[in-house]
Amino acid sequence: MRSAGHRFAVWVAVAGAAAGYAMSGPAAAAEVTDLREGAGRDLTVGRCIICHSVEYIPSNAPAMNRAAWQKTIQKMKDKFGAPITDEEAKQILDYLDTNYSGKAG
Amino acid sequence: MLTRREALLAGAGWLATRAGANEGAAGAVGGEEMLGTLPGKKALIQRAFRPPNFETPLADLQPIHTGNSVFFVRYHLPNIPYVDAAAWRLEVGGPSAQHPLTLSLRELKGSFEHVSINAVNQCSGNRRGLFAPRVPGVQWGNGAMGHALWAGVRLRDVLHKAGVATDALEVVFNGADTPLLPGTPDFVKSLPIDRALDENTLIAFEMNGAPLPHWNGAPARLVVPGWTGTYWVKHLTDIRIQPAAFDGFWMKSAYRIPTGAFATARFASQETSENTPITEMLVNALITSPAPAARLRRGEPARLAGKAWDAGAGIAAVEVSLDGRQSWRPAKLGRDLGRFAWREFELPLDTSRSGPIEVAVRARSRNGSTQPEKLTPNPAGYHDNIVQTARLEVS
Repeated sequence: MRSAGHRFAVWVAVAGAAAGYAMSGPAAAAEVTDLREGAGRDLTVGRCIICHSVEYIPSNAPAMNRAAWQKTIQKMKDKFGAPITDEEAKQILDYLDTNYSGKAG
Repeated sequence: MLTRREALLAGAGWLATRAGANEGAAGAVGGEEMLGTLPGKKALIQRAFRPPNFETPLADLQPIHTGNSVFFVRYHLPNIPYVDAAAWRLEVGGPSAQHPLTLSLRELKGSFEHVSINAVNQCSGNRRGLFAPRVPGVQWGNGAMGHALWAGVRLRDVLHKAGVATDALEVVFNGADTPLLPGTPDFVKSLPIDRALDENTLIAFEMNGAPLPHWNGAPARLVVPGWTGTYWVKHLTDIRIQPAAFDGFWMKSAYRIPTGAFATARFASQETSENTPITEMLVNALITSPAPAARLRRGEPARLAGKAWDAGAGIAAVEVSLDGRQSWRPAKLGRDLGRFAWREFELPLDTSRSGPIEVAVRARSRNGSTQPEKLTPNPAGYHDNIVQTARLEVS
């Protein structure tokens, strides 16, 4: 879900918790599919969400660099059977490295 | 939009205390925290929607038993059927089972002695999000764990009914959840035969006096007190007793730690010179109150409180420092609910003077082990049990 309404509901729920109020009607869990704009985004989302929602990508960014993304993509192909061609893997790697490599050093 | 730090303060509790130190360029690209609810659950911290990985907020870790509606949820595979308890069957067999059998839920409940145990269920990766340097994986804070009263039957009684041959080496467990793609390994785990036959290892069908919630393994799951959550297979459907080491992905490749790096139970049949399966939890503690970054009012009564646990020796003491580790004093321990249970601790706080209070907490097990000051590096970010610190402010 990419709607502003979803984000707003989450914000209300978190802000309510922060303020110590009892929460009524918090956000129902929803699939997250919005990643940063950029070359290769649709391919990346399209392949990754076959098996999992893509919160993992921004949340893991601080632990990732190009080599780590390469290893992860390879693991998804080799160990989990993800249907990703070598050419697609390269585009996905470029997208993830450009947008979600946050590891220092 | 909340910043990562604000959201951490709101949701993940003490995670903020240490994540703050690592922020900067890395923090800026991290996603913000969000709360979400699964059917039958209250709002939890949504680490991933599918497969569902939801963490218990700090406020919900304050009661001695973690409520079923807020207990954390952790899955590897996206196909999670709602199991019809009336149609559910448990197959018990394998090459080292002398009399393979099939049990309905009614037969499971009616054929064996009922037992219950207070035990901590902690994900192997709990606190991975606190690791420095950061490591990939679900970026859990402190809430990929909970404590519950589990009720069911002893696994060993079921295994003995199936007849355990003398060559039995491991017992293998599968649940109803399945992968989506044919190339994805099913989530199947094994235990060494001695652990499977331990009197505390249960097939549980109740949690805190109610049937297991769907998201926590209905209608029956494994309960392996002292060992990390990866072994607590949910929606249990198949048990195989076998004379050889199980060679599935989730044993041979995942959930492994460097051999010899931690003083925990060995899993000899799965061990290599390089690495070995994670097994027991380490002695650990969590401050549950006051809330992180809390401002305490000068002159008003306040107390520090939390939970301590280990792998089953039991908690001997929880020591607290309120002066930046210069001196330590024992906290008052709560009631002993069993050696696998959470042990509550508390200590009054002196709020007579304004200023910061530098808190540190360390638990000690009856086996003598205590919490270290430094992380032991390991690739998957397991076993973060370092001394927890916090800075409170009196004003």
